[in-house]
Order: sequence, then structure tokens, then C-alpha cells
Amino acid sequence: MTIEVRGVEKVYRMGEERIFALRGVDLSIARNEFVAIMGASGSGKSTLMNILGCLDRPTKGEYVLAGRPTHRLRGASLARVRNEQIGFVFQSFELLNRQSALKNVMLPLIYSRKHWFGARARARAALDKVGLSNRMGHRPNQLSGGQRQRVAIARALVNEPSILLADEPTGNLDSATSLEIIGLFKSLHAEGQTIVIVTHEEDIAGHALRIVRLRDGRILSDHPTANDPIHREYLRQAAIHAELAAAGTEARP
Amino acid sequence: MSPAKLLIGPARLAFQTVILALQQIWANKVRSFLTTLGIIIGVSSIIAVVAAMGGLRQSILNEFEKFGTKKVWIDGTLPREQRSTGSFRAVQLTLDEIIAIRENVESVDLVAPMYFGGYSIEFGGERIERVSTTGIWPEWHDIESREILRGRAFNAIDEAQARRVCIVNDRTIEELGLNLDPVGQYVALSGQRFLVVGVVETVQLSAMFGGGDSSAEVYIPFSTARELNPDGWINFCWAQLKDTSQADNAIAEITFVLRKMRGLTAEQPNTFEVRVIQQFIDNFNKVASAITLGAGGIVGISLLVGGIGIMNIMLVSVSERTREIGLRKAMGARPGVILTQFLVEAVTLCLFGGANGLAFGQLMVTGLRHIPGFPLGDAAIPAWAVVLSVGFSALTGVVFGMFPAIKAARLDPIVALRHE
Repeated sequence: MTIEVRGVEKVYRMGEERIFALRGVDLSIARNEFVAIMGASGSGKSTLMNILGCLDRPTKGEYVLAGRPTHRLRGASLARVRNEQIGFVFQSFELLNRQSALKNVMLPLIYSRKHWFGARARARAALDKVGLSNRMGHRPNQLSGGQRQRVAIARALVNEPSILLADEPTGNLDSATSLEIIGLFKSLHAEGQTIVIVTHEEDIAGHALRIVRLRDGRILSDHPTANDPIHREYLRQAAIHAELAAAGTEARP
Repeated sequence: MSPAKLLIGPARLAFQTVILALQQIWANKVRSFLTTLGIIIGVSSIIAVVAAMGGLRQSILNEFEKFGTKKVWIDGTLPREQRSTGSFRAVQLTLDEIIAIRENVESVDLVAPMYFGGYSIEFGGERIERVSTTGIWPEWHDIESREILRGRAFNAIDEAQARRVCIVNDRTIEELGLNLDPVGQYVALSGQRFLVVGVVETVQLSAMFGGGDSSAEVYIPFSTARELNPDGWINFCWAQLKDTSQADNAIAEITFVLRKMRGLTAEQPNTFEVRVIQQFIDNFNKVASAITLGAGGIVGISLLVGGIGIMNIMLVSVSERTREIGLRKAMGARPGVILTQFLVEAVTLCLFGGANGLAFGQLMVTGLRHIPGFPLGDAAIPAWAVVLSVGFSALTGVVFGMFPAIKAARLDPIVALRHE
């Protein structure tokens, strides 16, 4: 298993009050899975993502990432796990505007202990993989939204992470570009990459092979996409809306 | 992991950190310059003060050098409490006392009494009233070391026979209309015929020491001067130290000899003064160091203010780049690396200010050097001042950059990435 989460709780203290963001989550994700984590705001999906990404530590419970328990790590050791095991993709790209695409992709390698040599070559290869080999010298503000997210994905891949963790990766993109990015995720998955996408959009989640739904800090459901009742219902309604639209009615899902 | 890799990794990280800091400063050129203004002013003023004090010191020491650092001044004078009642005449040095000093004081090798008078001097149709006429021993030439431009110096025979000979300076030649080489010409000094035997150079002290326009000077043998005016007195006496380190000994010995000769009891104060040029130099050095130190303190305050400016701008920088810090942390930057990055940036900023301050200080020093009539022609920035100001700039960066850097290093990446 790449990810093993057992009985994870997360409690925030707000003065005297204790707020439960996660109330006991168990989750296993195997190598080369493509999982979507869904949930409304306040469901705990951001908290879970932060813990999966080693940005935060569980109050209680265990998190084993790529065979290594990480729930007791802090500070510099946690930073090292992030650097070596996790590739982040953010909704708003988070690229450094004054640096070229290549320099942006090299960023995780600056902080790496393993990849001091050949960082530039690795970054070039990663940009090549996302189809931007002709845009390496461009700065983020010279690139389109889709291209920026591709740079961010290349940056996430450059240190060969155990998991690619994407937080609403298409949230700032139009639907055509969103499909492009999803297509990229699919091809990466086909090459063996383990991918976890956090999203609230059903059609984006539908591209994953497994959907984990959260509500009130607990896992509500965990099914392969084809068997997920909520997703099936969504697809049925979308088909009806499409038919109506085709019939000339001005209805939208 | 090989040792080479262990070294190269941190080296590359350090290099990139410095590059990043320089990029950051370049991206905010105006802001960086304004921020470092405090450092620039602080460093340039300490540089200017140190250089100016050094230049002043050098020029004053040169004056003393011209004056003669081995000279001892001996003068009969009344103690302060007797000045309104006592007789100055009674305490003047006598020839016996001067001979006693010459014979008994070990630390002094030459003694030269000065017997002043003002007489009229005539040549051809020209006449100067009350020209400064000094009766001297031949030893005077060795103490004053003023060059004899033409003719000869006085010798023991002139003194022993009280010969009617004189040495003049260029002003006397000019005012009396003597030959350019007047040696062999006769002048009338106080109505008596004097043979000019030599011309002595005029030593001009700078205005700072009361040396203004030169005036006519005439020198005659000491014994001749006494014959010319038996009622005159020895105004003061020069002595010369065997070595500058003998200054304290000379004062003690001369004081002992004079007190003994004057029969002063233990309770009675000195009726004479003994001063050594070296004392003036020591005093001046003390004052100069104190001024430099005081200026250093003031500059320290301006560096403090400059440092607070640096801290302020670094706090702004941390808050502006919160998201970037969050991103870097998410990408695996350890807290220590973030701390180093901001510290390096603050130090780079301060060094940039320090370098500009040095350049500006050099400009000020060059300006000072070229002010006409200012005794700062030798003003130069000493190497230690350069090292010290660069060191202090860097230290300011570390001290005042620490708080913002710690703040950045402690940022929670989740919060930082959500920052607007």
C-alpha cells in the first residue's frame, strides 16, 4: 500500500472549544490507483489532504506513507518526506512569477538531498513529459492557464513522488482546458503514477477510478467510480439534461 | 553518499540562496536603496570621520615634526597665585641656571637660551624699527635645524669674542634691500656695524599654529646680545632630548636642578615651566582618539536606525511573500533553509548598503581633501575602517534580519498557502 491511514482524528482548539475536523478516518490507497476525494466544504477533505500531503499531523491515529510511518514526524523531517514522496498540484498553480518554467520545475530539487546532480536535465525531462518542451524559458505570465498548470504538474513530478496530490487542479480552468489537464493525469496514471485528486466537481471526479466521499469528518462512501451510486445518479441526470438540450430546451444541469 | 556530494549540495543551496537574495533586491531596486539609506549614511559618515581625523592627525604631527619633537621648552614664570603680586623679572632664567642644566641634566644633550631684543636696523637708506633680534648660542642651529642657505652658522669664536656678526632671513634681505647674497655686507644694528655672515631659512608654521606672514628676523651671538643690552633677560630656553622616550626624565631632572638652584623648599611651587613637545603630541593623540570614538558612537546609533529599517523591510518582504514561503515549504524546504534565505537576503541588503556607504564615504573624503586651506590633504580611508564597516554592516544584517527570518521559518505552510 502506498497510503495507509488508520483511525486518523484531527481536532482544532478554538479557545475552550474543540472542533473535530476528522473523526476517525481509515483509508488505504494502493500503488498506481487514481482516487478522487470528494466532499462539501467543512467535510474534512482539506484536512485529510493536508495530512496526506504531510503538511499537517493527525491528532490521533496513524499515517504510513510508502511503508514509512509519518504521523510522529515534525518540522525538518516532515519537510523531507514532502520533498521526496509528494508532488503537489494546487488550484491556483503557485508558480514563482519571476522565474522561468524550467526554474520553477527545478524548485523541489533545490531542497532535495538526492537530486543535486542533473537537476536541470530532470526538470527538462519533466517539462517534456507534460508537453512543454518548447516553453521552458517562458515565465508563468507568458503562459496560458493550462500551460501554467502543466508547469505545476511537471514540478510535482520532477522528484518522482510516491503520490501526486492535486487540490482542485481544474478549479481555475475552463472546461476544455480542464479536460486537457485531466487527460494528462490519465496518461500519467497509465504510466504508473499514483494520483489523488481532491475536488467537489462530479465530472472531474468521474475521471478517477475510485471515489472517496467525506461528510462531517468521516468517510461516507468509498467505491470504484463505476459502482458509486451518487456518481451514477449524476451521470443519469447529466444524460437527461443533454437530451433535453439536444431537443432545443434551454435547460442546464 | 560521497563526501564530494555532501559538500556540493549545501554549496549549491548557498549559491542559489545568494542569487535569490540578489534577484529580490534587484526586483525592488528603489525600495532596497531607500531601505539601505540608513546603512549608507552610517557607513559613509564613519568613513569620512575616520579619514578626516587621520588626515588632521597626520598634518598636526607633521607640524610638530617641523617644530621638532625632541624640543624642551624651559621658561621662568610665576606660579599662578603669585602672578598679580610677584615680579616676573625675578624669576627669569639666568645664564648660570642654563649652564647648570647643560652640565647636569643627562637626558638632554643641547641647551640654547634665547635672548630677545628689538633694535632698529639700517642698510643704505632703509631702516626697520624694532626688528626681532635674538641672541643665540651656536647650539641653537642644532636644535632648530633651520637650514643655513648662504654663508655660515655661528661658531664658538663668535660667542666667545662677542663678535658683531649677524644672520638674517629672507624678509630682512627684502625689506632692507640687501644683495640676494648679503654675506659680507654690513648693516647697522642699534647704531653698530654688524657683518652679515649667513642667511637662515624661514620656517613657516601653518595658520593653525599662529604662523602668519613671516617677518624680518635677525640673529646675533648670545654674548653680543648681552653686551648690546645688559638689562635684558633670557626670555626662554630650548633644550633637546637625547631621545623622545626621555621626555619624562628630562622634565624631572630639569625641575630638580632649577628647584635646587633657586633654593625652593618642598612647599613652594615651581617658579618656572618645563614643557615637552612630545606631551602635546600625546595629548593631541588622546583627543583625536576620543573624537574618533565619539563619532563612532554616533555612527553606531545611525547603524542601529539603519538596522531597524532593514528589519522593517524584511518583515514587509516576509508578509508579501507568505504564499511563496508556503510553496517552498510544501516543496520540502526545511525551516532552517527558509531562515537562511531571509537572513542571507538581509545581510546582502546590508552589505549592499555598506558597499554604497564606502563608495559615498570615499567621495566625501576626496571632497574634504580638496577643500583649499583645510589641513586634510592626507585624509585617507584606513584599511581597518573598511574591514570594520563591512563587518558591522553584515552584523547589522544578521541581528536585524534574524527576527523576520525566524518569522518566515515558523510559518505554517497550510496557513501561508491560504494567505491572500
